[in-house]
Amino acid sequence: MNPENLLYTKDHEWIRIDGDTGTVGITQYAQDTLGEVVYIELPKVGDAFDTHQSFGNVESVKAVSELFLPLAGEVLEANSALKDAPETLNSDPYGAGWLIRIRIRPGAEKSHLLSSADYVAFLAAQS
Amino acid sequence: MPTENGTVVDDLLVYRESADRYVLVVNAANIQSDLDWIQSHHHFDARIEDVSSETGLLSLQGPHAQGILQTLTEVSLQQIRPFHFIRGSVSTVDAVISRTGYTGEDGFELYFPAEHSVSLWNSILEAGKPFGILPAGLGARNTLRLEAKLMLYGNDLDRTTTLFEAGLGWIVKLAKGAFIGSQALARQQTEGIQRSLAGFEMMGREIARDGYPILFDGREVGRVTSGSPSITLKKNIGLGYLPMEHAAIGSAIQVLVRNRPCDARVVPTPFYKRRNE
Repeated sequence: MNPENLLYTKDHEWIRIDGDTGTVGITQYAQDTLGEVVYIELPKVGDAFDTHQSFGNVESVKAVSELFLPLAGEVLEANSALKDAPETLNSDPYGAGWLIRIRIRPGAEKSHLLSSADYVAFLAAQS
Repeated sequence: MPTENGTVVDDLLVYRESADRYVLVVNAANIQSDLDWIQSHHHFDARIEDVSSETGLLSLQGPHAQGILQTLTEVSLQQIRPFHFIRGSVSTVDAVISRTGYTGEDGFELYFPAEHSVSLWNSILEAGKPFGILPAGLGARNTLRLEAKLMLYGNDLDRTTTLFEAGLGWIVKLAKGAFIGSQALARQQTEGIQRSLAGFEMMGREIARDGYPILFDGREVGRVTSGSPSITLKKNIGLGYLPMEHAAIGSAIQVLVRNRPCDARVVPTPFYKRRNE
């Protein structure tokens, strides 16, 4: 259920690392817990964030939740299709529901990122 | 239940069971403060009893409520008018069956001895299966009550908001004689109010949430007391107290969403009214 080519955080974000860039989204578990997503606020191209810094918000009917960046970096692209179709985050969190692409800050510490198997174990330990 | 200042101790329903027996259905969060208030103003030959913990309450709401509940009781539900109640047996449990609710839809609330809560819940869910019944929690109820502009105590009403400001003048009967708060309310009726609870809708996709500042011309003029997406209307709606000059229908205001002023407009309320009303 959680693709093996991605790395995960304990805040339920994922990142796909491709050289010095990364694509970031939220996990299946996160979208399911949020419920129907109705609004997403993403950063602008060029904005830079530290590891674990809040880079935007996702809103369900009930609540606003912050998005935390798995790795420090600078925003290369934000998924503008989500503006008019935020529910894509529910239907395809690992595909069309991606949030941003970043240029990963050189030397950013990656040891906190979880493999797919470790993330599954983390979820199991939470429940 | 007003204070001396015409503000609100709690928003509650009073059931007149007989000429000398009344039941108050209060907000669960206010049980203690309501009891304290009543006891401190109690100069009558009356006994006050808190039966909260031994009383169960289930609410069955929606257009099929009567059809579902009728399969569980001999009582003719058709005869119960809105805001009226009757005593009867529901699925063998002795209950008060009340045509009330907090959703803006038709529906019933059942009061019964708390130990029957689980069995009655299960019976209702079973009886409702052919109708497509679903359990609903506080989140769903909050959206529905806001669409119907049913106020939430602690958000839209409290001890700082007067009944007239909240648009509840229709329940204030000054001609019926003195009551706690009647002097203040009579004065306010003569002098007029400075602010009023207004409904608004967002012009864009941003969602106004409880507590967000409401701006006019960059200046804070109020706060969102309740804000949410409206599932039924597919708009983002909210309530807030606004100075009279900004409270008129059509007034352009802004809501500050995470430091970004977002356009909104004062609209008529309730936001949603069910068709057969």
